[in-house]
Amino acid sequence: MTEKVINDFSVTIATVNGSGSQTANVTLLRALFKMGIPVSGKNLFPSNIQGLPTWYTIRVSKDGFIARRDEQELVVTLNPVSFARDLASVQPGGAFFYADDIKLPIARSDISVYPMPVKQMARAANVSTALRDYISNMVYVGILAHMLGIDMETIQQALGFHFKGKAEAIDSNFNTIKAAADWAAQNLEKSDPFSVAQMDSTSGFVMADGNTAAALGAIYGGLQFAAWYPITPASTLAESLNVYLPQLRKTTDGKQTYAVLQAEDELAAVGMAIGAGWGGLRSMTSTSGPGISLMAEYAGLAYFAEVPVVIWDVQRLGPSTGLPTRTAQGDLTEAYFLSHGDKQNIILLPGSVQECFEFGWKALDLAEHFQAPIFVLSDLDLGMNQWMTKPFEYPNTPLERGKVLWEADLEKLKGIWGRYKDSDGDGIPFRTVPGNKHPSAAWFGRGTGHDENARYTEDASTWESNMARLKKKYETARTLVPKPIIKAAKGATVGIIAYGSTEPAVEEARALLKHAGGPKTAFLRLRSLPCTAEVQNFIKKYEHIYIVEANRDGQLRQILSALLPDHAPSFRSACHSDGLPLTAKWVKETILAQEEK
Amino acid sequence: MTTPTPAPVQTNKAGFSKNDYRGLPSTLCQGCGHNSISNQIITACYELDIVPEEIMKFSGIGCSSKSPAYFLNRSFGFNGLHGRMSSLATGALFADTTLRAIGVSGDGDTASIGMGGFKHMVRRNVPIVYIVENNGVYGLTKGQFSATAEVGLNLKHQGTNQYMPVDICMEALASNATFVARSFAGDAKQVKELLKAALSHHGVAVLDIISPCVTFNNQEDATHSYTWGKDHEAPLHEISFIPALDEIELQGEFVEGTVREVSMHDGSTVLLKKLEKDYDPTSRTNAFQMLESAQLNNWLVTGLLYIDESKPTLTESFNLVDTPLNRLADPDLRPAPETIDKINAMMF
Repeated sequence: MTEKVINDFSVTIATVNGSGSQTANVTLLRALFKMGIPVSGKNLFPSNIQGLPTWYTIRVSKDGFIARRDEQELVVTLNPVSFARDLASVQPGGAFFYADDIKLPIARSDISVYPMPVKQMARAANVSTALRDYISNMVYVGILAHMLGIDMETIQQALGFHFKGKAEAIDSNFNTIKAAADWAAQNLEKSDPFSVAQMDSTSGFVMADGNTAAALGAIYGGLQFAAWYPITPASTLAESLNVYLPQLRKTTDGKQTYAVLQAEDELAAVGMAIGAGWGGLRSMTSTSGPGISLMAEYAGLAYFAEVPVVIWDVQRLGPSTGLPTRTAQGDLTEAYFLSHGDKQNIILLPGSVQECFEFGWKALDLAEHFQAPIFVLSDLDLGMNQWMTKPFEYPNTPLERGKVLWEADLEKLKGIWGRYKDSDGDGIPFRTVPGNKHPSAAWFGRGTGHDENARYTEDASTWESNMARLKKKYETARTLVPKPIIKAAKGATVGIIAYGSTEPAVEEARALLKHAGGPKTAFLRLRSLPCTAEVQNFIKKYEHIYIVEANRDGQLRQILSALLPDHAPSFRSACHSDGLPLTAKWVKETILAQEEK
Repeated sequence: MTTPTPAPVQTNKAGFSKNDYRGLPSTLCQGCGHNSISNQIITACYELDIVPEEIMKFSGIGCSSKSPAYFLNRSFGFNGLHGRMSSLATGALFADTTLRAIGVSGDGDTASIGMGGFKHMVRRNVPIVYIVENNGVYGLTKGQFSATAEVGLNLKHQGTNQYMPVDICMEALASNATFVARSFAGDAKQVKELLKAALSHHGVAVLDIISPCVTFNNQEDATHSYTWGKDHEAPLHEISFIPALDEIELQGEFVEGTVREVSMHDGSTVLLKKLEKDYDPTSRTNAFQMLESAQLNNWLVTGLLYIDESKPTLTESFNLVDTPLNRLADPDLRPAPETIDKINAMMF
């Protein structure tokens, strides 16, 4: 056996979609996390309810690198359909675990091979035939636990969490795991170098997914209305609202301070959210790319009639229906320019699960502050996978309600105000909302041309000055949206700009570059559009700026090139989109290849 | 500025003059049926003593959808997107459930581009008076066929319509509407009484009002023309609306024994005087049959086709707090600081 490798490898588990393997996979992930080992889990699943191959990759990393890797040291397969491919994917020196009822050739001598009596042990488990598939997944949990040295105690904790303390479910699953571990102890001889060992690198973290975090953030942001339409990978965001709102936002007499409505399509979902926003509610919708496309016309109305609304886009691979269960950062330019006519939209770009929570409430503040649609671009990787994350932080500023005039305010103004008048010079007008009983409160909202008092007009100069004010409002936003996170480095010659879920890959790539004697890099993680002044200052400092994105066209580079044409020659695209989260190796190699040119 | 002593202005019980219900001058064509409907909305609200600030107005896009600017200037309004008023109003109604909503749409806005949203709004029983000003034609884009145009209609530049028309009342009924009525813009009294009943209705009230387009679709034989409407209108009953607070007194024109009373959720009453047809508007089956025979016999049946006051409205089904949601502030909207640890503990 070669030198031991502890807490530094990836394991991929291949199963059949719909067979309940997610429970087993997440149990392994959580057990490792509880052992204090930095860990990440990526679910590579098909757009299918049952039957197609599905893979789940867990990476353990003593150094805390949690980006996806292409290399798999350990591969487990229960699926005859993907067997050959799974076998081929094992790194030399790695190990291959397979269900021994699959009678297919294994022509590799450079890896360790372990058969698993999955069917036999599932039959031996004292469960109904209906549960047999589920329990068979626990066989590989037990065998991996033994072969890698996963603490049984942490497995029990993971099961306890998953089954919400239900003893019967916990016990029957644990018994199978234990039996499988015992079987492995008696029947398998370890010939691979990979194992895990207790660490203390996950205390102060929790495990959560971005969609849950976004929903919770919105709830702490005083969300009052949400409308949505089911779509992968955004559905669990709205579903999480339905889980947590009743726990957090009911009055003592059981009444609701919120409403969540499943609409008939995305057009209606955003329309309802905009109606509620116009009515003075903190309002949102959540969707993915195809839904964003449908929402285009309404987004323009919200921009032009100046209605607060938050639109979450949990991005998946497009164009068109694309690959619904694969991740991408392909909606940036779409969201930025969404809808016809002159405009740019305000976009928030959360880069972690914790930030999904933070932007969940901040987006509602910004929407009401700017009376505009606020887009929050997450993605499938961030939204649906479990990540270790810092715990959610209670909002540190009170709810920002923006410039709303109520009866007493209008009384003070003697009823003189203009809905679209730039009274404060920041481009942001005052508004009133329905229910305000002051006789001069009402105004007539419209997507057609309007003057400062919201009256229809086709007057050329009125049109132009209103559009100029909207632009001024956007410039004001530039000073108030979340600033980028900058990691400077002394002597750095290369700047990297990235956003969203690619941060772990970029951070690891920077370490790899350093290790390989490559250029010293500084890193700016963009968190919003419009760009704040910090972005331009960063770009000015470096000879080359690599813009890392999970899309084909380098969409952020396109936007930054238009915004800062003088600096565009220093921009180099590091963009790649195949539906999988970017890897550090790819980022490193892409930068090195261009640096060597 | 000095003002001459005004003549005493007549006000309603809420203290408003009819002027308080008016809007901007109409920019629609002279003689447009839509203007007459706007006037009846003004009168109905005045007569019902509605506080203008307690109404929200909605519309889509088209000639009809311009009209909310021409009534109730003191009410909030939103002229949204083509065919999408249904969703806009659905969301807005959660802001303050003490407010009532009036939506004005057209046949293109509802039966073509907005059909999906319309039917879902209806099935959810969104509490709105939803008026379709139905002229069978696209006026604002200068005279194309709409989905309610009859087979064989000839329009300049368009030729002859070959497709069966959408019957908005039928669509509403099929989607389980709780109030369905049809009227004719030329029958001002009926429009007004139906509007009053609709404004008292508990849930979605669909009013399909045939409203002739004097410019693009007013040939004598067209089913959305004045002449055809006048000649073919077959009222189901004479309708009269008595608000909750008024003592019910049968007016002279209603003879006892031929009057059917329909009680509204808010205590008001709709009186339906039987004409030659003995029609019960609380039966959905009757309503379907009536619409079917109207189509076969080339009648423009008008009146209250169907009513059900028993179904909960969309906003009622949510068990919301009593304070309007849009008046809630921080302590009601943001969970207490101590909850965050509990939430974090719920993660793994």
